This record gives sequence, structure tokens and C-alpha cells, in this order.
Amino acid sequence: MARTEAARKPVLGGRMANHAWVGVTPAEPAKRLSLRAPAESVASLSRTLGLKLPERPKQSVLKGDRAALWLGPDEWLLIDRAESNLDAAVDRVRVFHSAVDVSHRNVGILVEGQGAEATIAAGCPQDVSLQAFPVGACSRTVLGKIEIVLWRTGEAQFRVECWRSFADYAFTLLAEAARDANG
Amino acid sequence: MLLIRCPYCEEERPELEFRHAGEAHLVRPSNITEMSDEDFEGYFFIRQNPKGLVYERWRHVHGCARFFNAVRDTVSDKFVMTYKAGEKKPVIKGAAE
Repeated sequence: MARTEAARKPVLGGRMANHAWVGVTPAEPAKRLSLRAPAESVASLSRTLGLKLPERPKQSVLKGDRAALWLGPDEWLLIDRAESNLDAAVDRVRVFHSAVDVSHRNVGILVEGQGAEATIAAGCPQDVSLQAFPVGACSRTVLGKIEIVLWRTGEAQFRVECWRSFADYAFTLLAEAARDANG
Repeated sequence: MLLIRCPYCEEERPELEFRHAGEAHLVRPSNITEMSDEDFEGYFFIRQNPKGLVYERWRHVHGCARFFNAVRDTVSDKFVMTYKAGEKKPVIKGAAE
């Protein structure tokens, strides 16, 4: 195979918006797979991936560095923060499924701090209160005028996944919202 | 903001996540190559567009991305009910046949 080394240039490199109440920072690069599979394939895929794919709406499962986010009845977003080779793992699965590497399609943004909920709510029309969107909840939704995947990783921690070309918009919107949430 | 219940996400979500997708329960004819132009036009273009309760397809495009069906009142914009694609057309009093 040809060598495919290239300098990595993160789209949000060097950007951050830190306030006393809330901080908005780009997430580290991660391996991501868009996984589609019918109900019959879930058990086999779960065994291979080493985590149980969630089968209920808005649920996520986190095990070590690897997470599976329910996006639809037969659709998951897998995020591996250790950048381990998810493709190779899923390649071994013989049951019917589709797995597409979207590592470089998505950009992660972390919103953390007491004002995180208010910051997200500035652009997201969903109810993101703890009752309606508890820790571990995840959903594809809207932020301002773009589509995102929202994942609550802690009481005051959110991870926003948006498409790379929308990263500047998402980050700017969140940074502005963080400033307001601060005041 | 209008809240629409997605039958796949099993909760009410803001209308911004949804997209309208036309009239529901249209059946694609099995003999489409043999149909007359008039019959094809009727299947392909002609819609009821009644005033009042209508059966529509909607898509939770910025959510689970699934298509589903809804009964909506075109006068008040009230969603009477939503149900999964493929489920039987519910009988609602006052709705067009």
C-alpha cells in the first residue's frame, strides 16, 4: 500500500473559548464509524465491538474509549477516542451490516461547565434539561442552522459532533453562546 | 414551537427536526408500464389537498431520519396522531377518505 502520511491540520486547531462558567474546546481527533445494521445483526456486532449497541432511542453506551450512540432504529455512531482500528474489527463481522468510516467527516466540540446546558440551549431546540436529556443521552438534532449529534457525557458536559465544513459555524455559535451563558 | 411526536424516537421533538414529505398511503400501481397517461398522471401528480384532517408522510430528517405518517389538521396545524410507516391507515372522524 502506498504511504499516506500527511500533516494533520485540525479545522479548529488552536481555537478555544474559556469562561468561568463554561468552556468550549475542540475535541481530540477520534475514530468514527457510521454503522447501519438490522436487529438480527446487533448481537454479533456488539460482541465484536466489545460493547452492547444500545437499542432504545437517545441511548448511548460508553466502554473505555469507545462509545456507541443510538441515532435511529438501525443506525449508530461509533466514536473511539483511542483511534483504534474499528474498521478492522467490524470487517470480521459476517452478519449483514454497513460500516462507513466518518472519522474525518466529523469534528467534535466539547462544551463543559456549569453553563454548558445554557450554551447548548442557545442553538438547540430540544429540551436539554437533565430530566429530558439525562447523562448518556444522545441525539441527532439541530444547532442553529446546522445538523449535529449531541451527546451528554456528564451533568455539565456535552459533546457536539458536526460535519467538518460546519465546524467553524458550530464553534463560533457555541463560543458566542458561552459568552452569553457566562454573563 | 410546534412539537411533533416521532413514533421511532418515542417522544415529542421540535418541528425544526422534521420535514414534510407529501400525502401518505399512496400505493404505487403494479402495472405502471401498461397504464394510460391519464391514470399515471392521477397516481403521480394529482393529490387530494383537502381542507381539514389529512394523512401525510413526515420525515424526522434531523433526528432518527425515519419516515412516518401523521394525521394533521391543515386549518389549525394540530397533529392529531403520528404512527410508523407501514402501519394501517387509522380511521379518524372527519378525515378525508
